[in-house]
Amino acid sequence: MKVFVVGLNHKIADVDVREKLAFNGPKLEEGLTRFKELTEIQEAIILSTCNRVELYANVTDAGLASESVKTFLSEFHGINRGSLDNALYIYDDIDAVRHIFRVASSLDSMVVGEPQILGQMKDAFELALTRKTTGILLNKLMKKAISVAKRVRTETKIAENAVSISFAAVELAKKIFTDLSKKVVMLLGAGEMAELAAKHLISSGVKEVLVSNRTYERACELSKEFKGRPVKFDEFIQEMVHTGIIICSTGAPAYILTRSQMQKVMKERKQRPVFIIDISVPRNIDPEINDLDNVYLYNVDDLQGVVDANMFERQKEAEKAEKIIEEELASFLKWQSSLDSVPTIVALREKAEEIKREELAKLFPKIQGMGEKEKEAIEYMATAIVNKLIHPPTAALKEASEDKDAIVATIRRLYGINGEEK
Amino acid sequence: MAVLLFELALTFYFAATIVSITELFKSSKITSRIMLSLAAVGFVLHTANIIFRYVTAGHIPITNPHEATSFFSWCIVLIFFILQFRYKIVLLSSFIMPIVFILMLSSSMLSREIKPLSPVLHSYWLGIHTVFAFLGNAAFAMAFGVGSMYLVQEHYVKSKRLGGLFERLPSLQTLDEINYRLITFGFPLLTLAIITGALWAESAWGSYWNWDPRETWSLITWFIYAIVLHARLVAGWRGRRAAFLSIIGFLTIIIAFAGIQLLRKGLHVFP
Repeated sequence: MKVFVVGLNHKIADVDVREKLAFNGPKLEEGLTRFKELTEIQEAIILSTCNRVELYANVTDAGLASESVKTFLSEFHGINRGSLDNALYIYDDIDAVRHIFRVASSLDSMVVGEPQILGQMKDAFELALTRKTTGILLNKLMKKAISVAKRVRTETKIAENAVSISFAAVELAKKIFTDLSKKVVMLLGAGEMAELAAKHLISSGVKEVLVSNRTYERACELSKEFKGRPVKFDEFIQEMVHTGIIICSTGAPAYILTRSQMQKVMKERKQRPVFIIDISVPRNIDPEINDLDNVYLYNVDDLQGVVDANMFERQKEAEKAEKIIEEELASFLKWQSSLDSVPTIVALREKAEEIKREELAKLFPKIQGMGEKEKEAIEYMATAIVNKLIHPPTAALKEASEDKDAIVATIRRLYGINGEEK
Repeated sequence: MAVLLFELALTFYFAATIVSITELFKSSKITSRIMLSLAAVGFVLHTANIIFRYVTAGHIPITNPHEATSFFSWCIVLIFFILQFRYKIVLLSSFIMPIVFILMLSSSMLSREIKPLSPVLHSYWLGIHTVFAFLGNAAFAMAFGVGSMYLVQEHYVKSKRLGGLFERLPSLQTLDEINYRLITFGFPLLTLAIITGALWAESAWGSYWNWDPRETWSLITWFIYAIVLHARLVAGWRGRRAAFLSIIGFLTIIIAFAGIQLLRKGLHVFP
């Protein structure tokens, strides 16, 4: 009984390989059922996301299991069996548990700390539960993995701080203004990054969206998309008087807003703060504007700097997370080994019973003229001796202790119980 | 009993200060809760101490340097808890509790003897005038703390290095708003303190204004805060400038308070 993982992720496989092995839609349920049917496998879960495909199992022999899983994958997805040999990672036992904990805690993700993976893992577990492909080991493992991930998220800052430029912009806006729902946002120009930042701001709930563009038709089009109001390009400076957040991304070759223009705007705004995000390259807003009081100007490099710093923070937090995972790993292994003592106890009792039966069978024919009463008395005594003899080791096995593994191993050796369970 | 209560309050404030300073470096819900509980216990003990002295002396206990400093700290903690209730900015404690502790510590080193009140002070004006003055100044002390927080946060945002306390400090607008509210709360109190002081002076000495150093400095502070409010409403002096002015304003108050006691001049010097 040990945890077993076969899979690949964005680190070792390109997207074209990942999509070949992905279990999408109906393929997932079918795949899970067939995976569970493999004889080398007792329990099964399949996690399939755009960045990883992983199969979790409870196996007895990892070597046999990995061969059988590879064959299954090649047959199921119709790919060459040989091409899989070096394309997958395979972990078993402690390494497998550690890997699953790290995946759940988003330490193995492309963007470390991103929260989606935990949800995907929960979904994979849900499906396995409804299809009844899991048992005692994987159920416990998945519950533990989810709680480890939650612990990592609350005890470290791994999921804090934006790691994309558009989220960094929203985060900054929240540290400048108390309440974004009272703020007007103006999108100047267009562009993927600018529109993304605008979308994130809008989803945080802003009061109004203004869209301005050199071509008014384009502004009208975009404003429909953002449910905003189009503004003529030569009027945008006037609109700034009541606009708190400006996202600028025009293709203008020179500054479209100068320091003196901004000074005038600020005077009319009675110095109420303004947050300007200049995503354009070359820059569209005079960088000197940042020197004005209550004006906060960030260009693309500034935001990238924020993102880089946050990434660095996450890396530091990831180290703390690894420590938490090691702790939890130890506690899981302890639980798992306590599980092993049950078959040991059963084997021990069976062995003792067997000896008792054999000896009684030898003894009874030798003694002449023994009545049922005497036989019963002798049997009773034999049972009592057996029980008294196996009681201390049984108690030691049942007791959850630090050196459980050692005790299980010792008792198995002393009583000559072989590795084979069941 | 009053002494014991005071010492206990001081001890709790000290513990709260230590925790609030560690909060600057590492914070969690638990440490914040510990800090607030310590400060709350300190505040209750402190309140009991003031009530005790009030009962013992038979008048509001602000008639010697020990009592005055202690009462001033009490007003600051009171406003701190009101703000805490309204805005829930635990980090404010890191900027405020050290001030409270230093004030309480200096108060503990001053004479606690209750002397008979001089006939001049024996008036209902004593309570009214001093409570206005102390609450107003306590509001300005808070504005000082919030203004400092604003400057720290503004530095992060302007310099584009968002480390340190950036995450845990509230938004610039929130800090600016609290700062403004505190000054609009403190300013009328200061005005009332000056007016009641003048009325009291008239009834005690027959003259509304005596150019006593305390009166002069109060007038100076009054003008500083009048400028803060005026500049904000008319010229839109908010944010950094407002924070800066509120810091200057409070420093003026401290210099006046300490200077007058140390030089021992004028009508406001304690016997």
